[in-house]
Amino acid sequence: MSVTSPDTPVRRRSTVRRLRRLPLHAGAALTVLVCLFPVYWMAVTAFKPSRDIQSTTPQFVPHTWTLEHFRTAVHAAGFARFWSNSLLVTVGAVLLSLVIGCGAAFAVARMRWRGRRQFVLAVFVAQMAPWESLIIPVYIIARDTDMLDRLLTLTLVYFMVTLPFTTIVLRGFIATIPPELEEAARVDGCTRFGAFRRIALPLLAPGLMATSLFGFITAWNEFAYANFLIIKNQDNRTLPVWLSSFKNTFGTDWGATMAASTLFALPALGVFLLLQRHVTSGLASGAVKG
Amino acid sequence: MSAIRERAVPRPAGRRPGRTSPPPGAAGRTSRDRSGPWPYLLVAPAVLGMLYLLVYPLARAVLISFQDFRLRQLIAGHAKFVGFANYRTLLSDPRFWTVVRRTFVFMAVNVVLIMVIALLVALMTQRLGRIWRTAVLSSLVLAWAMPVVAATTVFQWLFHSEFGVVNWALTSLGFDSFERYPWFAHGTAAFAILVLLVVWQSVPFAAITLYSALTTVPAELHESARIDGAGAFRILRSITFPVIRPIVMLVLCLEVIWTFKAFTQIWVMTRGGPGDATTILPVYAVQTALAGQRYDLGSAASLATVVLMSGVLVLYFRQMFRQEDEL
Repeated sequence: MSVTSPDTPVRRRSTVRRLRRLPLHAGAALTVLVCLFPVYWMAVTAFKPSRDIQSTTPQFVPHTWTLEHFRTAVHAAGFARFWSNSLLVTVGAVLLSLVIGCGAAFAVARMRWRGRRQFVLAVFVAQMAPWESLIIPVYIIARDTDMLDRLLTLTLVYFMVTLPFTTIVLRGFIATIPPELEEAARVDGCTRFGAFRRIALPLLAPGLMATSLFGFITAWNEFAYANFLIIKNQDNRTLPVWLSSFKNTFGTDWGATMAASTLFALPALGVFLLLQRHVTSGLASGAVKG
Repeated sequence: MSAIRERAVPRPAGRRPGRTSPPPGAAGRTSRDRSGPWPYLLVAPAVLGMLYLLVYPLARAVLISFQDFRLRQLIAGHAKFVGFANYRTLLSDPRFWTVVRRTFVFMAVNVVLIMVIALLVALMTQRLGRIWRTAVLSSLVLAWAMPVVAATTVFQWLFHSEFGVVNWALTSLGFDSFERYPWFAHGTAAFAILVLLVVWQSVPFAAITLYSALTTVPAELHESARIDGAGAFRILRSITFPVIRPIVMLVLCLEVIWTFKAFTQIWVMTRGGPGDATTILPVYAVQTALAGQRYDLGSAASLATVVLMSGVLVLYFRQMFRQEDEL
């Protein structure tokens, strides 16, 4: 506000203020740099020719650009296969948890029934499930039931990982939709399901969007189960596992490794950038409004 | 991972008006009668999923931890019940205790660094102008979005002994001992890189959550405290912190629990090595079970992890339900 006034003392004060804010801005710049540099370095390495990658003084902006590493990564054995495996597992898990989570959320938010509280508690506990500690029994159970090396097993595990979050968030969304809307539709002759589909479902769209995107990221990134449940049939591996082994096969080819990382990270980064409005400004403005 | 992370973020308050204990749609006796079997049919798949994919594996882990269960039993079955023998073996193994100690060190270093840095970033972000704030928040989100395996690979490249940019920077700054320094060959160095990686990946969530908690502190409070002559630090301690305390506690609990998620980073980067230098409990359990074929000991170690974690989990749930005030 002081900047608009032309008076000299005020202007001097604004310079002082700017000086005093210098450490603050330096901190902000440092934060941005630290957050972005690894991501930037990954992309830049992927686009650099090998001789520039293997130089003793790194180039922070590449002099020459090349797509060669992306070609190496894409043409690596089975890349398309692992990509489609990842996509299949992820989409399957997200759809499953959306349908089942939506039903459960509706029951919790709109109906009163014995055991409702216990169910909600169980969902909250399930959300904090120690998945890292369940690898061994899940492996043994999968082995006993002949479910090892199958994409369906991974789909089921990822479905269970994302289901609690989906249920909790959708419950919140459904609770904000006035039930009177649906009741009016039912008075006009809709069935309970019809009323839900025609009235509530469109209003749920943002919630469905958010939960499916978060489910997508969870399943897309999962490594531990994909690594230990797909053992013999290497054709059924998913991208994270492929990437972790890619490094071993292409040991010294860091350009190709970074290109593969970029290709793997791209969907997740894209989804997050899409979501960014919800994640940051949405939160902030919501907090201000409340 | 991110799905669970999102949980603790306070949702926009405007979105959930007037949520009281009974669900809004279920008010009145009639709708309860009309519900009939429907709610049970709707939650049945979720309940079945939880039973088969969570409760059953957990029960199975408990069972296996009381059996003599090795490769032969895995293939042929007929595991023998051995009581607490596995736990005795485990607890008398000095290597197990070293791993437990290392797990706690790893957890403490990570959580302290994450909380301090996140709090500083959140306080800083709050004081920034619009453009800088957007820049900081966007880059936090981008770092948060980076898939774990991709970030781990990138960090390996950053710390590469020969062409790594970190070694180049340190050498240029005059630390000549870092020329071709093989980070992953030294236990402490590998441990430090893993801490750095986990902190880098965890700070964004914590900072954004704390920042959105900070924006809920009423400006009038700050104003009146300043008029009363309180200094910046005093305001922080007496006004800001009490308001954001519940969220800080939630984030703290989550970060403690999520320490065990570093399994992926560790497995991809070092597999627990060099030697044992980066082996924490979940890594130890999986190594014992799947590499050493001692499924019984591995299960016992996993359950020890769950027990260690459950204390923090109880704290987390108490804090959360106090926040939610509704189940």
